[in-house]
Amino acid sequence: MKKILLVEAKLHLRDVGTVVFSVVLPVALLLVIGSIPQMSEPDPAFGGERLIDTQLPSMMTLLALLTLAFTVLPAVLATYREQGVLRRMSTTPMHPGRMLAAQLVINLVLGVGAVVLLVVAGRLVLGTALPRLPVGFVLVFLLGAAALLAMGLLIAALAPSGKAAPLIGTSVMFPLMFVAGMWVPREVMPDALRVVSDYSVAGPFAQALRATWAGQWPEPANLVVMGAGLVVCSVLAVRFFRWE
Amino acid sequence: MKVIEVRNLHKRYPGHVAVDDVSFEVAEGEIFGILGPNGAGKTTTVECVAGLRVPDGGTVQVAGLDPRHERKALHRVLGVQLQSAALPEKIKVWEALDLYASFYPDPADWRELMERVGLAEKRDTAFAKLSGGQRQRLSVALALVGRPRVAVLDELTTGLDPQARRDTWELVEQVRDSGVTIVLVTHFMEEAERLCDRIALIDRGRVVAVDTPAGLVARVDAEQRVRFRPSAPVDDALLLALPQVREVSRSGDHVTVSGTGDLAASVTLALAGHHIVPADLRIEQATLDDAFLALTGRKLS
Repeated sequence: MKKILLVEAKLHLRDVGTVVFSVVLPVALLLVIGSIPQMSEPDPAFGGERLIDTQLPSMMTLLALLTLAFTVLPAVLATYREQGVLRRMSTTPMHPGRMLAAQLVINLVLGVGAVVLLVVAGRLVLGTALPRLPVGFVLVFLLGAAALLAMGLLIAALAPSGKAAPLIGTSVMFPLMFVAGMWVPREVMPDALRVVSDYSVAGPFAQALRATWAGQWPEPANLVVMGAGLVVCSVLAVRFFRWE
Repeated sequence: MKVIEVRNLHKRYPGHVAVDDVSFEVAEGEIFGILGPNGAGKTTTVECVAGLRVPDGGTVQVAGLDPRHERKALHRVLGVQLQSAALPEKIKVWEALDLYASFYPDPADWRELMERVGLAEKRDTAFAKLSGGQRQRLSVALALVGRPRVAVLDELTTGLDPQARRDTWELVEQVRDSGVTIVLVTHFMEEAERLCDRIALIDRGRVVAVDTPAGLVARVDAEQRVRFRPSAPVDDALLLALPQVREVSRSGDHVTVSGTGDLAASVTLALAGHHIVPADLRIEQATLDDAFLALTGRKLS
C-alpha cells in the first residue's frame, strides 16, 4: 500500500497540470485578487468585513478542492479503468480498491498542501488572519474535502470514459462554484439562489470555512448537509463503481 | 501432474454464448496453447481460469484452487498477462516492476527480471514511450514478478513485428525452462507450432481437439506435394512407380507430385538416378491451419 501511494504520488507530480491547477492557481488567484485595493476595504454588505478576511481565502480553498475532486480524481480513475490498469491489478493479490484509496489520500494531501499555502501566503503577503478557530477549521476542511471527493468518486464511477470524466466533472464544478458564492457572495444572493446554495454541499462547505476562519462554530445545518453529501455519494459511488 | 483442470466450462454474455463447453488439462511445466480464430472463446476461457470472470457452468481448478472462491490465493500462484495496455502512461519501467513486486509475498528480484526481459536500458522510460515489443516484454515480466507456478499469456505477439515476435518467443521458452507452466492464448498458427507442447484447438466455444502440434497435423490425412522444374524431360511413369507417389500433374515447365510418407526424399532420389536436377524445389506439408480446416471445416485465419 505504501508503494502504491508513493508511485501514484510521483505520477501526480509528474503531471504538471494537476499541481498547477489545483494548488498553484488558487494561491496565485488569492494573491492577485487579494492585492486589489477594494478587497481590503471594509464592506457594509458583509457587516463591515473585508473580502480578503474570509470570503476570498475560503473560496480559493474551495476552488482547490473542487479542482482535485471534480477533475483530477475522476480523470485518473476513469482513465485507469479505461486502460485496464484496475483490471490488471485485480489479477494480483492486491485488490484494486487499494488504488482507489491511494487516489483519495493523494488528492486529500494535495488539498491540504493547497490550504496550507493559502493560509500561509495570505498571512505573509496580504496580512490576513490565520483561521481563528483552528480545530473547527481543520474538522470542517476534512469533512468538506471528504464530501467533495466522494462526489468526484461518484463521477468517476458513472463516467463512460477517461476523456468524459473531467468534462462531466467540470460541468458540475462550475455551477457548484457559482452557487457556493464564488462570484456572488451568499450575503448578496437572491433568496431562491440562497436556498439552492444551502443544499449544494459546496455552499455549506464555503460557509463553514468562513465561519471557522472568523472564529465561530459553523451552522449545524451546514455540517448536516456536508455529512449527508458524503454518505449519499459514497454509497452511490460504491454501488456503481466498475473495475473494468 | 496436472496444474490446471477445466471441466465443461460454460459462459454466456447477454445475446451470445462465448464459451459453450470447454474441457482441458494442463500439465506442470508444459507450454499449453489455446489456439483458435478470433471470437472462438479463448480469452473468455482464460479469464475464467484467472478468476476475472465467473463461469455460468462447469468447474475450474488451478493448483487445486477454485478461482471463484480463492481469488487471492490463486493470484499468488497464477501470473496473468492481459491483451491490452494496462499501466499508467507516465509510470517508468522500474517503477512498474517495483510496484508489482510489492503486491506479492515472495516476489522475484525485479532487477534481475528486468535484465532477463531485456529492458534494463529502458529502466527509466515511461510506459507510454515503449515500443509494442517492449510493452509486451514488460507485461511478461509483470506476470512473472510474483514467482507464479503458472503464467497465462494472452495474444502475446499480436501487433509485433517479426523480429520482436521471435525475441518474445525466445523469452517464453526461457520462462518455461525456469520451471513455470505456461498457458499461451493465440490465434497465430506459427506461434503455437513453434512454442507449444500441446494445443487445444477451440472453435465456436468448443474444444475441437487437444494434442501435440505434430499429433494434430497427423490427424489430417494430408497429402504432401512436391513441386519442381526438372532440368531434363521426366516421364510420369518414373515417378508413379514410386510407392509414395499417388499423382503427377504438370503445368508449364513445372511438375507437381502428390503423395504421402517420405515423398520428397524418394522423388529427389529417383530423379538423381536419372541425372535430373529438380530446380525450384518446393515441398508443401500440412500445417496446423490444415488441421484446423480439416477438423472444423473453417480456416483459422
